[in-house]
Amino acid sequence: MSDKSADWTKGAEAIVYQSCPACGNVQYFRRNFCAACGAPDPAQKQASGIATVYATSLVCRAATPETRAHVPYNIVLVDTVEGFRMMAHGDNDLAIGDAVIASYRPFAGKLIPYFEKTK
Amino acid sequence: MSFITGVGLTSYGKHEGSSSLDLMSKAAETAIADAGLKRSEVDGILCGYSTVSPHIMLATVFAEHFGIQPSYAHAVQVGGATGLAMTMLAHHLVDAGVARHVLVVGGENRLTGQSRDASIQALAQVGHPDYEVSLGPTIPAYYGLVASRYMHEYGVTQEDLAEFAVLMRSHAMTHPGAQFHEPITVADVMASKPVAMPLKLLDCCPVSDGGAAFVVSREPTSATGIRVRGCAQAHTHQHVTAAPALSELGAEIAIAKAKAASGVAISDVRYAAVYDSFTITLAMLLEDLGLAGRGEAAARVRAGHFGRDGAMPLNTHGGLLSYGHCGVGGAMAHLVETHLQMTGRAGPRQVRDASIALLHGDGGVLSSHVSMFLERVR
Repeated sequence: MSDKSADWTKGAEAIVYQSCPACGNVQYFRRNFCAACGAPDPAQKQASGIATVYATSLVCRAATPETRAHVPYNIVLVDTVEGFRMMAHGDNDLAIGDAVIASYRPFAGKLIPYFEKTK
Repeated sequence: MSFITGVGLTSYGKHEGSSSLDLMSKAAETAIADAGLKRSEVDGILCGYSTVSPHIMLATVFAEHFGIQPSYAHAVQVGGATGLAMTMLAHHLVDAGVARHVLVVGGENRLTGQSRDASIQALAQVGHPDYEVSLGPTIPAYYGLVASRYMHEYGVTQEDLAEFAVLMRSHAMTHPGAQFHEPITVADVMASKPVAMPLKLLDCCPVSDGGAAFVVSREPTSATGIRVRGCAQAHTHQHVTAAPALSELGAEIAIAKAKAASGVAISDVRYAAVYDSFTITLAMLLEDLGLAGRGEAAARVRAGHFGRDGAMPLNTHGGLLSYGHCGVGGAMAHLVETHLQMTGRAGPRQVRDASIALLHGDGGVLSSHVSMFLERVR
């Protein structure tokens, strides 16, 4: 079985989050404990990629040569159905409240999550 | 008790050939002289950081350079809230008897010491290294995200935000030390280059060289005492991904605690100095602090409420948006201007009454907050 923690930050096509068996808290940034109750070893789970747009910002001025090649690109915060918020890219015309689904695209030498409107 | 006994501020903009230590020294010298003190009487030093010249012991580097051997010294890092966080700490240090005169200093050659790209890139690192930075965000993008949500929830428009840039520019035009003196209009802001939508170039503060300093003392050193009446902090998150709902941000928590600590109500406040890294920052903070109703800050700008002659003069030096932003010193200029106003030394910018002032700083992406009330006592 593949490493359950392998996600897009490690080059895999997956969004992984953690769920605390003790208190049920859901967290996105990986730690070896639950940030809500402190219990050790939260469970690693793969997210569905289904989410709602919370906020957007179309970046037109980038700071590095690698990212400048991609402008404009839309940075989004989405609320996943699993209950955590994450940052990603998305279609330039996404609006707050849009129902979206994740895919993966290359960006500045890495694979990143990319959200499009649910068909 | 503690008192702001002296202030010093350089012009902001280009200081070609000046290092961060040069700019800190220049401001420090002015502040110590303003307090009527000798260097040897300063027994505490708090300083910020410099992205151009990072150092693990900047306070002692500065102390040696400047020629002081303090009994208490270290650097403080709370992003844009650093200046007020240092002031809060200095207040507690002198109040507790740890030091008698604490020099609070920040300065950086951020404009000429490195490229704009390097500045933007260095600052973007406040984002999460794994989950945010690899997506290519910038500080304007972090605030652009917040802006999009705030506009969505409270019906604020881009034209509304532009009003704050115009106001800060109109104030800067009356201060010879400000980076920008050309008048701008709402139409100019709307037509400026997109940076991270909904934020455009004129919604964003510039990158500047500059330095600011003040002395915090146990007793006043002149006839007019400017007392720290009360202050408080709140830290709800670091990364915008982990930020709470708009209604639960730290500014509201910090101001509630500062009001409780000082016994001051918003209705007592006569002058406001509020962090304005972007137009959205200023709009949100004014509303979070209770200086305007939710979604109503821009209307108050249009009505002249925050002008020099208005009911609540705000950032009369031009703020970060138009006086300039040199890092830690950036928001320290707000306190320097407040002190000049409270002591009746603001010249052509002088407001009618600045007897009680509210200051507020924000670091990160609305992550760290410091609220402070200053009061003129003699």
